[in-house]
Parts: sequence; C-alpha cells; structure tokens
Amino acid sequence: MTEQTSLIFGNLDWNVTPYTDLLLNPNSSTIIGAGAATILVLGAIGAVALLSWKRWWGPLFRIWLSSADAKKIGIMYIVLALIMLARGVIEGFVMRAHQATALGTLASEENGLIAPDHFAQLFSTHGTIMIFFVAMPLLIGLINFVLPQQLGARDMAFPVLNQVSLGMTAAGAALVMISLLIGKFGTGGWTMYPPYTGIDYSLGEGVDYWLWAIAISGVGSTLTGMNFAVTIFKKRAPGMHFMRMPLFCWTSLCVAIMLIYAMPALTVSSAMLLLDRYAGFHFFTNAAGGNMMNYANIFWMFGHPEVYILILPAFGVFSEISSTFSGKKLYGYTSLVIASMSIAVISFTVWLHHFFTMGQSSSVNIAFGIATMIIGVPTGVKIYDWMATMWRGRIRVTAPIVYLVGFFILFVIGGLSGIILANPSIDYQVHNSTFLVAHFHNVIIPGVLYGMLAGIHYWFPKAFGFRLSETWGRRTAYLFVGGFLFTFMPLYVLGLMGLPRRSPTFQNPDFMPLMYIAAFGGCLMLCALTSLFFTFWTSWRNRIQLAVPGGDPWNGSSLEWSSPAPVPEWNFPRIPKVRARDDWGATKRAGDPWKAPSSYVDIEMPANTYFGVILAAAAFMLGFAMIWHIWWLSIAGLLTIVGSIFWRGMRVIEPHVVPAAQVEREDRRFREQVAALTPVARIDEETERNRGVPDLTEFAG
Amino acid sequence: MVALLFLPAAAMAAAPTQSFLQPMSATAQEQSAHLMRVIAVTMIVILPVLIGVPLILWRYRLRGAKAKYTPEWDYSGKLEWVLWGVPVLVIIVLAAWLWSFTSRLDPYEPVGQEPLQVQAIGLDWKWVFIYPEEGIATVDELALPVGRPVELTLTTDTVMQSMLIAPLTGQIYAMPGMTTKLNFAATRTGTAEGENTQFNGDSFGRQKFMVKALQPGQYAAWLSAVRDAPVLDDATYRVLRRRSVLAGARTDLGLSKQAIPIYFSAPDRSLFDRIVAKYQLSGDSSAVPALGGTGLPPKGGVSSR
Repeated sequence: MTEQTSLIFGNLDWNVTPYTDLLLNPNSSTIIGAGAATILVLGAIGAVALLSWKRWWGPLFRIWLSSADAKKIGIMYIVLALIMLARGVIEGFVMRAHQATALGTLASEENGLIAPDHFAQLFSTHGTIMIFFVAMPLLIGLINFVLPQQLGARDMAFPVLNQVSLGMTAAGAALVMISLLIGKFGTGGWTMYPPYTGIDYSLGEGVDYWLWAIAISGVGSTLTGMNFAVTIFKKRAPGMHFMRMPLFCWTSLCVAIMLIYAMPALTVSSAMLLLDRYAGFHFFTNAAGGNMMNYANIFWMFGHPEVYILILPAFGVFSEISSTFSGKKLYGYTSLVIASMSIAVISFTVWLHHFFTMGQSSSVNIAFGIATMIIGVPTGVKIYDWMATMWRGRIRVTAPIVYLVGFFILFVIGGLSGIILANPSIDYQVHNSTFLVAHFHNVIIPGVLYGMLAGIHYWFPKAFGFRLSETWGRRTAYLFVGGFLFTFMPLYVLGLMGLPRRSPTFQNPDFMPLMYIAAFGGCLMLCALTSLFFTFWTSWRNRIQLAVPGGDPWNGSSLEWSSPAPVPEWNFPRIPKVRARDDWGATKRAGDPWKAPSSYVDIEMPANTYFGVILAAAAFMLGFAMIWHIWWLSIAGLLTIVGSIFWRGMRVIEPHVVPAAQVEREDRRFREQVAALTPVARIDEETERNRGVPDLTEFAG
Repeated sequence: MVALLFLPAAAMAAAPTQSFLQPMSATAQEQSAHLMRVIAVTMIVILPVLIGVPLILWRYRLRGAKAKYTPEWDYSGKLEWVLWGVPVLVIIVLAAWLWSFTSRLDPYEPVGQEPLQVQAIGLDWKWVFIYPEEGIATVDELALPVGRPVELTLTTDTVMQSMLIAPLTGQIYAMPGMTTKLNFAATRTGTAEGENTQFNGDSFGRQKFMVKALQPGQYAAWLSAVRDAPVLDDATYRVLRRRSVLAGARTDLGLSKQAIPIYFSAPDRSLFDRIVAKYQLSGDSSAVPALGGTGLPPKGGVSSR
C-alpha cells in the first residue's frame, strides 16, 4: 500500500496531472498526455459555456437528466457512447502512429512517439472504453429507444431503474475520463490480469481506476439486463406473441438474459481483485493459496458472453434493415430466432478458448475449441438468411445498407480468423499476437460498430423528426469500411510474422511497411469519425428539408413506424392490438392504417426524478474517493447512495398523468398531417419529397 | 488468406526466423499446414458470401433492376437444409481435425526419447535458461542440438508471461509458483527468435531471446564454452531478478553493456524448484530474501547512467 499522504486529500496532490510530467520531462509523450488533458478541460469548459450561453441548463435537467423515458435515456446513452467513441478512435490512431515510429533495437533505449508506460495506458483505456463505454452504451441505448416501441409498450418495465443504470454507466465513464487529467490509468490491458495488476506489481491508482469504473458501470449493466428481460416478458402489447416479435426484440431478449448471467462474473472478479489490492487478500496470488488462473477463469465467464452481448443487437439491427431496405419480408424468421438463441446459449460454453495456452490438458482444449467453432454455424446461417432476405428484393443502397454490406464482407473474414483461433494447435502460435487483435477488431467493428451506426441512421428520424443526410451517411460508412481494411488487415500479417500485441517497440524492420499502412488506416478512421459528427451537424442544419413528420420514412413494417416522428413520450395513443408479425406492414397492406382510435384515455407515465442523477454523482464520488484513498469522501459517497435509495423507497411517488384530451389533440393533429402529406415512392426516398408517409401501393416488406 | 499473400519476401529471407510460417520443427510445420487447411475448408462457407453479396446487390438494386421481385417469400424448406447443413458439415470436418491436431500437438507430450531438459524462468524483462544436466545456465540464449527432443519447463519469478518460439513451437504461459511445459525438436539448423507475448511492463517489447538450433558437434562446442563462465549463485540471481533488459542486467553484473547473452556455469540444481516454491509460502512479498522475494524487484540496469 502506498503511504497515506493526507487525511483530507488522500493520495491526491498537485503532481498527479500530466502537466507535472510535461514540465519535468518535455517530450512527444508528455506533450500528447498534457494535450489530451487539455482537450478534456477545454471540452468541459466549452460544454459549460455553451449550456450557460444558450440557457440550456434548465432544459438539460428538466427534460433530459431527470427523465425516466426510455427513449430519452436511450438517446443519452448514445450521446455518452459517441463522446467516448471520439476518445477511443483518437487513442487508436495514436497507438498506430506510435507503432509506426517504434522500430528499435534490443540494445537501444525505448523509442517512438510515446513512452512505453503511456502506450500501455493507451491500449488499456482504449480497450476499456471501446468495450464498456462505447459498444455497451450504444447497444443499450439503441435497445432502450427501440424496444418499447417495437413491443407496443409505453416504456420499460422499470423506468426509474433504467435511469439508475444510465447513471451508473455514466459514473464509470466519468472515472475513465477523469483519469486523463488526474493520475494515471492502469497498464494491464482491458482484461487487467493479475498478478501484474496486483498491488505488488501495480502500485497506485491506475488499476483502481479500471476496477471502480468497471464495478460501478457493471452494476448498471446488470440492472439493465433485468429491465430488458422483464420488459420483454411483461410489457408486450396484446397479441404480440413471442413469435410475432421483431428480430431486434429477440436479440434484445438474448442480450438481456446474457447480461443477467454474465455481468455478475465481472463484478465478482473485480470485487475479488479490489479485495486483493485494498485489503491484502490473496485471491489471485499464489501465496496463501490463491491462484491467478482464477481471475482469467472468472473474467472470461463474463468476457466471452460479452462478445455476443455486443454483437447480437447488431444482428437484430441487420435483420430489420435488410428486410426494410429490400422491401421484402425477412427470410427465415424462425431460423434467425433459433440461431440467436443458440448463440446466446453456446456463448456461455466457450470461455476457456481465451486461455488455451495457459497449460490445461489437450482434452479440455479440444472440448472448448469445438464448442467455439459450433457458434460459427448459427452465425453463418444468419448471414445467409439476410442474403436470402435481399435476394429477389428491391434494394435501396442507403447508408445502413452500406454498413450491412461492409459487415457481410468483413465479418466473414473475421469469422474465418475466429475459426482459425478456435483451433488450439494454431492458437498456440497466434494467441497474444496482433493476429488476435486484428480478429477481434474484425468482428467487433463490422459487427458492433457498423450495426449500431446503421441502427442510429435507421431510427434517427424516429427520435428527432428528421432524416440524416444519406450522402454523408454513406461517406461515413465507406470511410469506416476503408479505414478498417487498411488498419487491421496489416495486423493479421504482422501477427503471423510474430509481432505480439501491446508491443511498445519491435526490432524487425520488415514490419515497417505494414506499420505505415496500418497508420494510414488509422488516419482514415479519424476521417470516418469526423465525417460521422459532420453528418449529424449537416443534417441538423437541413432539418427542415429532411423532416419526416409522417413518421414512416423507410416504409417499415414494425410498430414503431406507425407513430409520429419525433415520437411522443407515450409512444402510442392507445396500446396497439397486434394481429400479425410485422403488424404495421400488415396494417398498411390492409389499407387505411392511420385510422384514429375510437376513444382516448388518460396515460400514466413515470414522473421525472433526480434519483439516477444523485446516485450517479454519489457513485462517482465513491469511486473517485476510493481510488485516491480519501476515506471520508468514500464514506460520504456510500452514505449518499444508501440514503437516497432509502429515501426514495420510503416515498409514495405519483405517476405523471397525460390527460386524454391532450393525447387526443396531439394524435388528431398527427393524423391530419399524415393525410395532408404526399406519399413518397421508394425511388424518391432519399429526396426531400420523403416526409415520412410511404406510398401504400408499394409492398411494405 | 488475404494476409498471407502480402507476406513480404524479405521476411522470408531475414534472420532470425520469427514466424511459424518458416518452420524449424515438425510442430511448427504441422501448425502452419493446419492453418492452410482450415482456411481452405472454411472457404466453402465464406466464398458464397464474398461472391453472392455483390451479385445480389447489383441484380436486385431498386434503380434499374429488372429482376424478379418476390416480397412475400420468406421461407424455403430446401434452402433451410442447405443453410444449416453445409456449415454443420464443414464444422464436423473442422472439429475432427481440431481433435486430432490438438492431441497430436499437445505441448505436454514428449516428442521423443530422452529429451534434453531445460528450465526457463521468466523475469522482467529477460529469460533465464537452466540446463540442469549440463550444469550451465544462460540469459536470453537457448541453444539446442538439431534432432534431439527438448523438454522445456517454465515458470516465472515475476508476473504472468507467455513464451513463444514461433518457428519451433507454440506459446505457453509461465506463472509464478507453477510450471508449464513445451516439448519440441528442431529439424534443421538456424536461428529463431523467442519472445514473451504477455504484456508485463515497460520493456515488454524487448524481452526477446535467441534460439540456436545447432549441429550436435557445434552444440558440444557451445556447451564447453559456456561451462567456462562464472557461477550462477543466489547473489547473482538476485541481480538478474532486478527489472532490466538484457543489456541492463549485463551492466549490473559488471559486463559490457550490449544486448548479448550472458553465460553461467554450475547453477544450483535446485534453483528452479526453489523459485517455484517461494510463491507457495506465505502472503508476504519479502519471503525468501535469498532469492529476492516475490514482490516487485528494484529497477535494475541503471548503474551505467
């Protein structure tokens, strides 16, 4: 344990910022470190200034942060993810730039753009951010926004718990963010294997930043899983049988169940490592009966299902868009449901493939290797099903379809390298090499990132009332696909040539051409990121021309497309009665889909509350204080958490009631508007003629 | 597959060999052959996607397409059989291979009679090799006679590491307080590079060592040269255990500061076992001071600065 420096400030002092490093030792590494901290500070100041200048503080709290509306919570999740994505992509680029300058000799001192310790922090934060604070919030956000609408529900089963989950995730993300400015992050990679991350070998705050960020956000994700599962089991509209649910709901159900089973393993492994570090336990050191293998074992019980938690929602998105943009029914609905569920179940039986090379017997490796390859079957079936969906369709090559096609081509290559890695005899060679790095980026970027961006593009008009620019959307997609190819294909080759992952330096000059290609790919990824933000900006500027008040800009077939865009808080004026799979498509084919309900009733919605915000602030305070050993503040944080739960639990909270008259007024206005708008044929979907009312003479898919 | 086409020709010629695609042993030979086979068979399910997607996209595009349009078509029993059946068959073939190769290439299985015993200790950031039967030890150099099986027993005296000698054998983790094994035999002479692949701190990228596969005569000469070196005792080991790369360890030992291997004679035959055993004592990181404890060692290789 480090020396306690102060009762009030714990281990904090003025020398923990990167500015001290810069002053003591000015070089490219400390300049980059201090630059990153400065961007964070300026970003925070800029945000505060903007909110004050535009007088947005009130709306921010009243409309957004205190909301228990799943749609708003979903949007906030996605905003959080996009902010973290910006950091993650920039970090990835810096790592590629560093490695392109890192050629050295065995005799030379360290070299390259950044110092080895800095590089190690980068790959650790990059992995942590991308998995836990980009991919997870993106998919949880998208599910939050879409799921209740597709189920024909008004909200999640537990709206306030939903807000708490968001708060916990944001608190974890804030801890990772603040580590840029105050102190250092751990250097053990996103998996943080002990004993390297034990107190003997990693003194100080770095590993604790990771542990508290993961522990806190992990609680949020577990609660989210329960919320999704209960919502799907209990809140489906009448007639919405399981086999009538859109595929996205099915994959959300898989994800929910997996979150419930997988996240606790992560929480447990983090808690055990925390006890090792804070309280002198020996769970993960050999001395006194512990064993470091236990960490790998428990961590990957979470870690492997996590991969499919990330990817299944994207599979749901791809199911929706392949059907909608081909103007066709989804091929093989039952197959896709079975395949999704199989993936969810089998994914819990393969975690040992992450440590084929840790010395277990070959028969164990055989069992887990085969189990791993079996997952390839349902995954392959899904891809063929989507191809069959597009076959004999009328495909509009919109931005989501560009992502889908990029996914098809790249994901099968990622699948191939996965099958290669599933063979223990080959894994003995390529495990821990950049081949592995290329593999998991090859499944996660096309699988998760493309899927989520396609989903955002697809549902954006439903959230904000206007479409995103197709031109810029497609440009972004092309840049992400090209950037991926240039960045990660070289890493496959480098891995086969013997470059280990996480290498701050290497000695083989033959690696250099490929390193330059990968760094160029990193530039393209930066361009893609810029283009993504520009897409939002330029679309917002053209929001009048791109507005789709009719609410059904793609001629969709699931329930969410029956409501206005932006969709009102209560989703539906009356809870729909579901008569078919793809109910909205069936209704449109039957004619007169926008018929007003015969009567309106009062709608009860969850009242706004600051419960989640308070818990998030207290959890951040607790984590930060524990990291810096500020014990009094830790106690204060813990008491705030317990106290506010107690306080909320003791009160009777009245729902917020939307009067029937208001619902009727808004709903009638929407229906009049739809009647007044000119329907658009699919061929004109990208033009300004698309106001969200499709031409019903065309098949609705 | 795409990757392999781009392997620079220079990489093939350059020494030392660093990839299992330039095998120096039967093990690496089989591993690279297995890689190619897996790629070939998996193509059965991948090529239809790579070829079919662009075709579908072109033929059924909304603008200008004259192809057939069947919006209600959403199921075909025959197609289902193909979609599920072909991947299942491919996986059955792959699984059978996986089974046979994984058992055959199990690194714990000896590859021949009377293997040469070598013990490897991972340190931050170098490897100590002890030849208990030959009475020698080296830092960052592993010499082997071609044709003779080798049984390498590994541990570390620091955090978890993973040793990979790609042209000869796959990697296996080394962990404090535990031992793991690699069995292999060189089939041709040459120099391979070995490395640690599990990140363990700042100088991780320089934790490399040379593996020399020698003719038996050359190997005997190498052995007798190493036997002339100073003795590896506990005090010397404590210096080695400091956190330093090879050149740093050499300065700490009063040798020239170059990245060339260090040789020792007559190591204590129980050294390896005592290093494994010290992690099985108490939870105190200062246990077994004679061997430098089990906690974070001091930073070495600084005396020359």
